[in-house]
Amino acid sequence: MSKDESTSSRATVAGWYDLFSRGARDWLRHNDKVREAVREHLPEAIAGGDVLSGGTKTIRVPVRMLEHYHFRLRAPEEQQGVGQGAAKPGDILGQPGAAPAPGKGGGGRNDGGFEFLLEFKVDDIVDWLWEEMKLPNLRARTGRAEEADWIREGWDRRGARSRLDRRRSMRESIKRREVQSADSPRFTDDDLRFRQLTKREQPATQAVVFFLMDVSASMSDRDRQLAKSFFFWAVQGLRRQYRYLDTVFVAHTTEAWEFNEEEFFKVSGSGGTVTSSGLKKVREIIGARFDPSRYNVYLFYASDGDNASSDHADAGAELEEIATLANYTGYLEISTTSQGRLNSECGSLFKALADGGKPAASFAISRFEDIWDAVRHFFQHQAAG
Amino acid sequence: MPTAHVSKQWRELLPRIEELAARAGLQYNPVDFEAVPETFMMEIAVYGLPVRMPHWSFGVRYISQLIQHRMGHSRLFEVVFPGNPGHAYLAAGNSLAENMLVTAHVLGHADFSRNNMLFHNSQQQVGDHIVEQAASHARQITMAVEEHGLQRVELVLDAALALEQHIDVDRRVQRERYPEYEVPDEELPDGAFSRRFASLNPDSAARESGPKLKRAAIPPHPERDLLWFIANYAPELEGWERDIFLAVREESFYFHPVHATQIMNEGWASYWHARLLREADFLPQGAYVDAIKCHSDVVRPIAGGDKVALGINPYHLGFSMWEDIVEREGMDAARRIMHEDDDVSFVHNHLNAELAAKLQLFRFGADSSGSVKVLKTDLDALHEVIVGPKYNFGAPSVSASHVRVDGTLELAHDYKVDGRGIDVERARKVLGYIERVWRRPVILHTVDPHGAAFELSAAAAPATASVRS
Repeated sequence: MSKDESTSSRATVAGWYDLFSRGARDWLRHNDKVREAVREHLPEAIAGGDVLSGGTKTIRVPVRMLEHYHFRLRAPEEQQGVGQGAAKPGDILGQPGAAPAPGKGGGGRNDGGFEFLLEFKVDDIVDWLWEEMKLPNLRARTGRAEEADWIREGWDRRGARSRLDRRRSMRESIKRREVQSADSPRFTDDDLRFRQLTKREQPATQAVVFFLMDVSASMSDRDRQLAKSFFFWAVQGLRRQYRYLDTVFVAHTTEAWEFNEEEFFKVSGSGGTVTSSGLKKVREIIGARFDPSRYNVYLFYASDGDNASSDHADAGAELEEIATLANYTGYLEISTTSQGRLNSECGSLFKALADGGKPAASFAISRFEDIWDAVRHFFQHQAAG
Repeated sequence: MPTAHVSKQWRELLPRIEELAARAGLQYNPVDFEAVPETFMMEIAVYGLPVRMPHWSFGVRYISQLIQHRMGHSRLFEVVFPGNPGHAYLAAGNSLAENMLVTAHVLGHADFSRNNMLFHNSQQQVGDHIVEQAASHARQITMAVEEHGLQRVELVLDAALALEQHIDVDRRVQRERYPEYEVPDEELPDGAFSRRFASLNPDSAARESGPKLKRAAIPPHPERDLLWFIANYAPELEGWERDIFLAVREESFYFHPVHATQIMNEGWASYWHARLLREADFLPQGAYVDAIKCHSDVVRPIAGGDKVALGINPYHLGFSMWEDIVEREGMDAARRIMHEDDDVSFVHNHLNAELAAKLQLFRFGADSSGSVKVLKTDLDALHEVIVGPKYNFGAPSVSASHVRVDGTLELAHDYKVDGRGIDVERARKVLGYIERVWRRPVILHTVDPHGAAFELSAAAAPATASVRS
C-alpha cells in the first residue's frame, strides 16, 4: 500500500537492516558501468565539462542513466490511456506526461530517465586518454639529475621511531606468537620492523610550462574558455611525465604581465597585439627562474592569430631564442571560422620556426570538440620531434 | 503470528483485527509482521522481493524511487508477500492508526493470495516459500559472482532479466524437455484400428515392425517460454548459467499473478481495510479518524476534486469495483469472482457502464505532438485500454520459432496479436544480450512501421529488410 505526497514524520529502526543497502550496492555497480561507457566516449564527454582552475582533482560529467533493455512494442501513432475526472468526449486536455503515461510494463517498471553528474578523477581520465589516444609519453630533454632522492627500500630491526612499520611489526608478532606459548608477550623488540631509506638517483623530472595568451580585445570570453580547457589538459599531460611541474601564466596585449592561474583566465586587456612583448617576458622569466639545463621548458601560446605586422621581425627573433631554450613550443590558434586557419601572422611565425627544424607545432581550433585533436596533435608531435 | 519491531499497542490490537477478519470470512495463511526502516521498504518495493539477486538495473530503479520519494511523491506503508507463512513489512514510520489500517489491508491481501486461482497455482508451484527461495537465489548468484566473476554473471543476468516476462504461465515451473523423437503417426488414436487390423494379419504386421524414429524439431512448436528454452537448449550454456536462468524464471512465475491481478488485489485489500476498520469499535476514536483519513489518501482518484487526471489509481478503481459487486451481488458472489478472475476478466465482466460513468472514467488519445484529446465513450474500448498492459505479462508476444543448423536462434514476434511491430533499437540490444548466452547468432522476425516483415539482428549495422517467405 502506498500513497502520494507524504508529509508525515519518519522514524528509523537502526540495526541490521542497514547491512543490506542492496539498492545502493546495485546503484554503485550501475555507476561503474556508466564510467566504463563514458570512458569509451571520454573526449566528447568531458570536452565541454567545466574545468576548474587550481587543484582540480575531479571533474563532473553529466550522464544519463543506463537502460536495461526489454522487448517493447513500437510506440503507436496515438498513445491511448484512461483518465479520471470531469472530461467530456472531444475535450482537449493539457500536455501528457503530468501523469503516469500508459503503456506496457505495469507498475514499478519505470526505468527512470534522470540525468545526473558523475565525478571522475582527473588522473584517471588522463590515464585513459593517453591510452585511448595512444599518446606516447614525453621525452625529457635534460639527462639524469644530479641530486639524488631518498626512497623507501626494505625493512630493518632498528630505526627511528617515526619509521616504525606497524602493520609489518604486527605480522612479526603474530608469527612469533604462533610458534611460542600462548602467554608469550604481545610485542618484543625483535618484532619491530622499521622502514629503511636509501639514496637513489632520480631521473630529472622537473619541468616548467609557460602559457602565453593574447588577451587583446579581439579575444572573446569563449576564446579564452577554449584556451583554458586546452591548457588544463596540456598540464595534465605534462604532469604524467614530470613529478615537479611549474606553471607560468603570461598574458599580453602590447605589453605583457605574469599572472597567477586564477587571475590569468579572467584578464582582459584592450588595444592591439604585440606578440614579441609576451615572448620577451617568457624569455626573461626563463632566464631568471628556470635554468634550461635543469628544467624541461614547454611553451604553449594561444591567440586568435592577429599580430601587428610591424612586430614580425621582433617576434620571430624572440621565438627563435625561446626555441633554443625550450623542449617544445606549441601554437594554438583559436579561430571562429574554419577558413584561413594558421594563415595568420602568428601562424606564420611558428611555421617558420618549424620549417627551421625547431621543435614547434601549430594547431587551430574553433570548438570544444577540437580540443582533443589539439592535445593529440601536440603530444604526438612533441614525442616524435 | 511472529512479529518484530512493532509497537506493543499494535500487538495488542492485532488479535482483535484478526478476529474481525475471521468473522467476516477471510481465509488466509498466517502472516509474519515486521516493522522495517523506510530505506528497506523502498528496496523491497524496488526489488519486488525482500532479498533478491543483485543486478545494476535494480540500482537504477532504486535511485529513481529514492529521487521521487525525496521529492515527496510517494510513501510506502506496507509490502506483503504471499506464502505459508506470508510476510508483511510495515514501514517503521507508520503511526498506530496507519498500522491498524495497514494490518487490515495486509489480511485482505493474504486472503486474496491464498484464494485467487492464479496466485494459488503459482504459490503451489513455488512451494509457498517464494521469499525464502528468492533469498536462496540471491545467495546462489553471489556465489557465482565469486566463482566466475562479476562480468560473466552480469552478462547472464542481463539476458535473463531482460526476458523475465517471457515465460509460459500455462505450463508448470517444473517442465520436461521436449521429447527427442517425433511421436510416430502409428501412435495416433486413429491408428488404433489399423494396428488391430494388422495384428490379425501376420503378413502386414511384419511390414509395420520397427517404426522409423524421426528426430523432433527443436522447438517442436513456437516456444513462448524463452527463459526455459534458452536454459535447456542454448548450445554451450554452462550449468551455473542455466541455474541463473531458471532462478529468474522461477521468480517470474511468482511475479506473474502479482502483475495480472493488481487491480483486483489492491481493490480487495482496500475493500477489507475499509470494512474491517468500520467494524473495529475497539479502536480509540482519534486513531479511527486518522485511519479513515489515511484510507481516503490511499484510495482516491489521482486528481481530487473537479480536477482531471490522465491516469487511474488502481487502488481506487479496484476498491470501487468491489464495493459495487458486493452491493449488487453479495459477498458470496464477490468471493467467487475473487477466486476465479484476473484483472482482464475482472474489468471486462464487472466494470459496467454505470460504474465507469460514476467514476468519471474516460479514454484519451495522445498523439506524437503531445496534444491530448478525450475520445468518445465506448465501454469495450475503455476496458481494452485498462487491461491492455496486462496481456502476455506486459511484454510483446515473442517466441522461439526455429534453431537453424548452424545454431542460429530464430525468434518470431507475433505482430498480428500485438497489433504493431517491435521497438527496433531496444530489440537489437536485447538480441545482443541473448547472443552472449546463446553463443550463436540470434535474429528476430517482426514488421516495420509499414507492416512489411523483416529480420532484425543484434548487429549494429542497419538490418537489411528481407521479406520472409
